[in-house]
Amino acid sequence: MMFRVAARLVAILVVVGLAACGRSTPPADSASGPELVVYSSRIEQLIKPIFDDFTKETGIRIRYVTDDAGPLLARMRAEGENSPADMLITVDAGNLWQAAELGVLEPIESAILARNVPPALRDEQGRWFGVSIRARTIVYATDRVKPDELSTYEDLANPEWSGRLCLRTAKKVYNQSLVASLIVALGQEKAEQVVTGWVDNLAVAPFASDNKVIEAIEAGQCDVGLVNTYYLARMLADKPELPVGLFWANQQGEAPAGRGVHVNISGAGITKASKHKAEALRLLEWMSGPTAQYDFASLNQEYPVNDATAPSELIQQWGSFNADTMPMSEAGRLQGEAIKMMDRAGYR
Amino acid sequence: MQASVLVAPTSRRSTAALWLLRAVGLLAVLGVLAPILVVVFSWSSEQTDIWQHLIATQLGGLLANTLTLLVGVGILVSLLGIALAWFTVMCDFPGRAWFEWLLMLPMAVPAYVMAFVTLGVFDFGGPLQSFLRDHVGQAYGSIDVRSEPTVIVVFSLVLYPYVYMLARSAFLSQSSDTIEAARALGCNAWQAFFRVALPMARPAIIAGVSLALMETLADFGTVAIFNYDTFTTAIYKSWFGFFNLQAAAQLASILLLFVALTLFAERRSRGGRRFVQGARLQHRFRFAVSPLTAWMMTLICSVVLFMAFVLPVLQLMLWALGAGAEQLNRRFFELLAHSLWLAGIAALVTVILALVLAFNRRQKGRFSAVFGAAHLGYALPGSVLAVGIMLSFTYIDNQFFIPLQRVFGMVPTPILVGSLLTLLAAYWIRFLAVASGPVESSLERIRPSLPEAARTLGAQGATLVWRIYLPMLRPGLLTAAVLVFVDVMKEMPATLLLRPYGWDTLAVRIYEMTAEGQWQLAALPALALVAAGLIPVIISIRQSRH
Repeated sequence: MMFRVAARLVAILVVVGLAACGRSTPPADSASGPELVVYSSRIEQLIKPIFDDFTKETGIRIRYVTDDAGPLLARMRAEGENSPADMLITVDAGNLWQAAELGVLEPIESAILARNVPPALRDEQGRWFGVSIRARTIVYATDRVKPDELSTYEDLANPEWSGRLCLRTAKKVYNQSLVASLIVALGQEKAEQVVTGWVDNLAVAPFASDNKVIEAIEAGQCDVGLVNTYYLARMLADKPELPVGLFWANQQGEAPAGRGVHVNISGAGITKASKHKAEALRLLEWMSGPTAQYDFASLNQEYPVNDATAPSELIQQWGSFNADTMPMSEAGRLQGEAIKMMDRAGYR
Repeated sequence: MQASVLVAPTSRRSTAALWLLRAVGLLAVLGVLAPILVVVFSWSSEQTDIWQHLIATQLGGLLANTLTLLVGVGILVSLLGIALAWFTVMCDFPGRAWFEWLLMLPMAVPAYVMAFVTLGVFDFGGPLQSFLRDHVGQAYGSIDVRSEPTVIVVFSLVLYPYVYMLARSAFLSQSSDTIEAARALGCNAWQAFFRVALPMARPAIIAGVSLALMETLADFGTVAIFNYDTFTTAIYKSWFGFFNLQAAAQLASILLLFVALTLFAERRSRGGRRFVQGARLQHRFRFAVSPLTAWMMTLICSVVLFMAFVLPVLQLMLWALGAGAEQLNRRFFELLAHSLWLAGIAALVTVILALVLAFNRRQKGRFSAVFGAAHLGYALPGSVLAVGIMLSFTYIDNQFFIPLQRVFGMVPTPILVGSLLTLLAAYWIRFLAVASGPVESSLERIRPSLPEAARTLGAQGATLVWRIYLPMLRPGLLTAAVLVFVDVMKEMPATLLLRPYGWDTLAVRIYEMTAEGQWQLAALPALALVAAGLIPVIISIRQSRH
């Protein structure tokens, strides 16, 4: 009697399990050509249009999962040579560097990629390539700050900005890369002084997002901040009269002061485990080409890596800028160092 | 306690049933333990560098923050949950019948949604403070709301329903006899509450509070929105910042130890006491309160409901309208369908497993302690558990399915990871603790004399289960199913990492939008998530009326 009850419970579980397996099998039209699998920490809205165009042009279909880079990397490592992933896309250089260190990315030689992607924005060994540039620079309240008061990231550590600076949390990789670039340009000691100076100048505790930094400047909570330009571009698209201006940092004078704006990349690499390396390479090359570059940049108001492609009209109003030529791999190598420095300085 | 009640030891088939139950229970526990063992085994490698750095800089502050948060949330959810449950069950006040179910609704609001809505409305740059600055005076609108009290309130507003629901069903099932007896013996209303009702509802209340606290302890998303650093901050810093999953897992296992000890202590402190209900189930007895007190109760309920549900939903609606209707495309309904389907199946499976485990724990035997381990899945931060699950299933793939595919000359691809089966497993591994609370506490309240009487009347085995146990357990099972359903809908890390291609859910969409800081665009999926979460809540309310 009791046996029947227990058996029924188990039966339900088994049926559900089978149903789950059944639903997870891929659609039956697998006859038509190869299919690429992409693990991406760039979100669906920013990659799907590009993948769709690629499929239309080449007939190669693409499936993808999106998640943070950390879990995706852990999964690639665990799956090892059996991983279904052909390509990894992340939104910062640190994670690409880490993926390369872990040995999950395949070194690639490609004349097209070498032509389309500047050397500083790709791995020396060709394990990953930037696909879009994200510039992190100074934004300011147009009614309270004159652009000629602004100069460099380092300057924001000076006492004149006391109680006027807003920053995003140190937990965000964008700030970790920025501090890594300070370490490269100024050396450990000077960089730490700058970070400590920033913390002393904070108007309020660091924010969770760049948007909140811009909103705080708009609301008058602080006068200057550091953000990725596309956040401002998106807000300007909604609200053109926003009283927040953009200033290109570190443009004047000799290096290190004139080293240029800190840039990060979103980038991609082909996995060692890929069974479709030719097709994956085709996708990667295509992503560095003019059509995809324009889409990549304009979908999210970022800058293209390929200098043959112009940025979107909205962000052309900010003019061009000189970028810091620190190799992207440095940001990855020094990320841990940067975090420790920010922790010591009390930058949360 | 009463092994012989459920199953007659003489029958051979019953013995087989017992073993089958035990086997399924053990399998469930094994599922929970596997990812946890992965986490615990992280201690096999030394990560002195990161530990030294954390201890030197942040760890002390993080522990203090975490402890403050736990104490604050613990006190506030208990106060809100118990008081509101007592009001709506035992007192008469205007709107009581409405509040009885309305007060459950905040459960459908994910904590991270509550957090970003709270910031959106109350922060310095938000409409409220801007208005105050412009029309009242600068001094009134210059508060940084990203402070400890705000974080505690935000958690409490979305987590009190755990306590409320469990306490409510405990109060409901306490027969009026008991309270009437207390009154007859000279207790006033307060004494009846503190001396009789509250102690009797203790298992349910503790189950609710510990769920709320485990969720608080393991949370990362909500505290991240406030940039409030807790212990999980250190875990994520080690993983995402220092690229050190080992150190992250070591930190996570400390959380785990803490929770395991607490659960163990709770069980020990209950000792052999039993919490059973009186004879009469009908509950018509309510205290008469003065009109002033009654209106105060109405006011308190209204304020809680407004802050925890009305306000966030209104703000989400405003944002959703602002974001435009183009979001309402086919893709959106696909996401909704995925969320509903996954949550429904996961709730079914999890509740069945929780019931199996509860029966198992009732049988005093060699294994009964082992089954308690099934609660631990809820205590790990979602991402860490997700990775643990992923690693366990990848291991099975690599050790078993891949070689098998090689033998048959197929292209080796992982079978389990990225399949729906694994995703569902992840859900029950995580939420078994959620389902166990209501299932176990309702099982505990069944007086042994009832099934005993049924047995004397000739009911056995299946009849006993279908006609006695299940009807009496039904409220508990429903509560469990609702809790799991809503939790699965809100779940992010495991869904992100383990979902099959294309199986994006509303929570995934919210993640993608908030990852890019576009909270306004996350409003529509968040609203849909809340609305879909309401369905089971309302069903269970209707059911519990009968």
